[in-house]
Amino acid sequence: MSVEFREIEGKSMGYLGLLALLGGILALGLGAAYYMEHNGHWVTGMTNQIVWGVPHVFAVFLIVAATGALNVASVATVFNRHVYKYMGRLSGLVAISLLAGGLMILVLDLGHPDRLIVAMTHYNFKSIFAWNMILYNGFFAAVFVYLWAMMDRNARPLYKPAGIFAFAWRIILTTGTGSIFGFLIAREAYNSAVMGPMFVAMSFAYGTAIFTLVLLASYAWTGRPLGDLVVRRLKNMLGIFLVTVFYFVLVFHIASLYVAQRHGVEEFLLFGDNIYSTLFWVGQMLIGLVVPFALLYLPGTSGSRFWLVIASLLVVIGGVIQMYVTIIGGQAWPLDLFPGLEESSSFFDGVIHPYHPSLPEFLLGLGGMAATLLMIALGVKILRFLPMSLEDHVVDPQHHKAAD
Amino acid sequence: MSNENRIDTYRRKLLGGGAALVAGVTIAPGVILNTVAQAAKPGDRPLDRPVDDSVRWGLLVDANKCDGCEKCVTACHETHGVKSHGRPETDAQWIRVVKLRDRKTGYEQQLPVMCQHCKHPPCVDVCPTGASMKRADGIVLVDKHICIGCRYCMMACPYKARSFIHESLEGEQLPHAPRGKGTVESCTMCVYRVDNGQQPACVEACAAEHGEEGKALIFGDLKDPNSEISQQLKKYGGKQIRADLKLDTGVRYQGI
Amino acid sequence: MRLTRQLKVTLALIGLASLLITAGAHAEPPLPDIPKGKGEQCVEPTPVMRKQHFEFILRHRDLTMHEGIRTKKYSLVECINCHVVPNEKGEYPRFGSDEHFCSSCHNYASVKIDCFQCHADKPESAYGKAKGKFNHALGGSNPHHFSNKAAGPLSKGDLELVSAENNSHE
Repeated sequence: MSVEFREIEGKSMGYLGLLALLGGILALGLGAAYYMEHNGHWVTGMTNQIVWGVPHVFAVFLIVAATGALNVASVATVFNRHVYKYMGRLSGLVAISLLAGGLMILVLDLGHPDRLIVAMTHYNFKSIFAWNMILYNGFFAAVFVYLWAMMDRNARPLYKPAGIFAFAWRIILTTGTGSIFGFLIAREAYNSAVMGPMFVAMSFAYGTAIFTLVLLASYAWTGRPLGDLVVRRLKNMLGIFLVTVFYFVLVFHIASLYVAQRHGVEEFLLFGDNIYSTLFWVGQMLIGLVVPFALLYLPGTSGSRFWLVIASLLVVIGGVIQMYVTIIGGQAWPLDLFPGLEESSSFFDGVIHPYHPSLPEFLLGLGGMAATLLMIALGVKILRFLPMSLEDHVVDPQHHKAAD
Repeated sequence: MSNENRIDTYRRKLLGGGAALVAGVTIAPGVILNTVAQAAKPGDRPLDRPVDDSVRWGLLVDANKCDGCEKCVTACHETHGVKSHGRPETDAQWIRVVKLRDRKTGYEQQLPVMCQHCKHPPCVDVCPTGASMKRADGIVLVDKHICIGCRYCMMACPYKARSFIHESLEGEQLPHAPRGKGTVESCTMCVYRVDNGQQPACVEACAAEHGEEGKALIFGDLKDPNSEISQQLKKYGGKQIRADLKLDTGVRYQGI
Repeated sequence: MRLTRQLKVTLALIGLASLLITAGAHAEPPLPDIPKGKGEQCVEPTPVMRKQHFEFILRHRDLTMHEGIRTKKYSLVECINCHVVPNEKGEYPRFGSDEHFCSSCHNYASVKIDCFQCHADKPESAYGKAKGKFNHALGGSNPHHFSNKAAGPLSKGDLELVSAENNSHE
């Protein structure tokens, strides 16, 4: 049977209220960006020591999650998992919305957002950052073609090649995003080839969590039927990805702990008397990995949609915290110009760099998240992204028959 | 009138002349001036000719002679109009005196640290727009015209040499030290002074304070074996900060 | 009647507006009041500069930045040295004010430039004492393209000078 896709009605007070709420947060974010640009970055918590702050935490999180959100579509196209097929359109929409939201933050935090055109016309091809700009633009293009192939019958022949291309592209993109940090030779908290694949693993987890939240919310709020089969598959996927993230985090830190040169920074991030070690254990590990994993598989909560929502939310929160630990914590540890010697200067050599995030930075970050959700909310109203039904017999007729 | 000054007069004549004059004489003096430019002193290059890699400007810091007086820091910041805004964490610093202490022996020393003008600069590698750049003569600069203020170079620099301008500076700038909000900056090895035949401000200030014998900073051409800097390096050796990174820095240190 | 009154008011307003428009058409269009710089002639004829100054400056900027070419002809510092002159009060106008050479016209034409986010908007001579001892004046109060005109084609003596310098290095 063919599945009917239809725009959501989008006239309810709830929907309009959602738009107003997201629009309001976005406006606050834009206002915060204007305030930061107008005054200069001294009004933020960012300094010459902590050069990337909370905006980058949110931006990198969203960009990483973006590629992961495409995973649902990829599983259907590349790995022929039929169950996921009808969620492909939404998966593409969530992916480009997340990327757009993340890039919005990144651009608005630049010292010169007015020179975006310069960034688009001057390329230094040795820069991993410049590669990423090409990768981001390419990702938009690839997903647009992919969506077109899914939504237009005439473009159907493109479906498989576009899907495979987008999947390959997203793996490269996330590896590139991780490598922004992985290639920083002088920073002891980064400088690791594992950063690339670790970010890929994280993208699967964060993207799946956000997709699950969007899917459950849209079906609950529109009253369209959503079968347990799809929900169970998403839950299992999230579980596997959490294990993968755990594996890479483990490898990353064990490899670092093995290097004497890095004992200092590892002790600082993992066991230090500071916010970052707390955030690592309580935020990244407990809230972001252990608790959601337990919620997904413990008998009491497994199979419950409510607890799946909670678990997904925790993964998102843990993901943002992980980015905070990675980005801010990594910079807080000072550069070691003269290994073995104590350093001090008026430019904060040799000391842990403090960071006091400011309200505008958070507002800009939340504004980017709101922009993402706004794009999704408007997208499902304007175009046919959502199937009328994702009941078990719709997504997998065979499975349903067997179960009977 | 020394020969040097007369050459300058000559050049001014040449460069300052009307378009017809320049067109008329470009070829002949161009050839001659090119041979002059092989000498390894700042300012030898006629200013209408591009820099080339026949020279590599470098600095030599003798940590044994540095007493931490910070005259170099003051001179640098005065020259470039770098002022404190009373916010040390966001204030720019192009050069700073770093104090070192050996935990075991208690041995202490100090030395100035600035942009190390690497041959393989990580800041140039990572810059998305090419604003971070290295001139043919080895001086690493930021082209602020195309700097978008992403600060990736600050993440990549192993020497913490770069500062981001966190506030508007309109009206505070000096004519030959353009700098402004939202861009990244660092030591330029006084490129404007060097092109015009002067020593970097820090070097000049150090010699003025401590005399020729006591000065801790030497500027010169690392490629010219006869330059003071090359002679010193040959005689007493020199180290690079974070030599393990193999960036081949243009700033070398003695006594570390 | 309320309606007729409204109609009358509207007609009166239309009449007034058309009067203003016709009056405006006869008046001279307002022109920017561009401060006169030093010297008699810019580095290129005025019409050329009006049309192409940004091309010259842009090209020169890249040459200076990347190749270290520091000729003065199209240097922004030299532009400012000549063109930014003190007002009646003897103060140098800031960029943005209609008294400043650049902004007098850029304000008028509504063309935004960001040169002065980084560059000094005053001539070198304006810095006088404030200039640290490590800055030396170049050009400045003595702009090259008026005062330092070449006396003529290069003489034999000039060439000898260069060769002498060249030899002295050997």
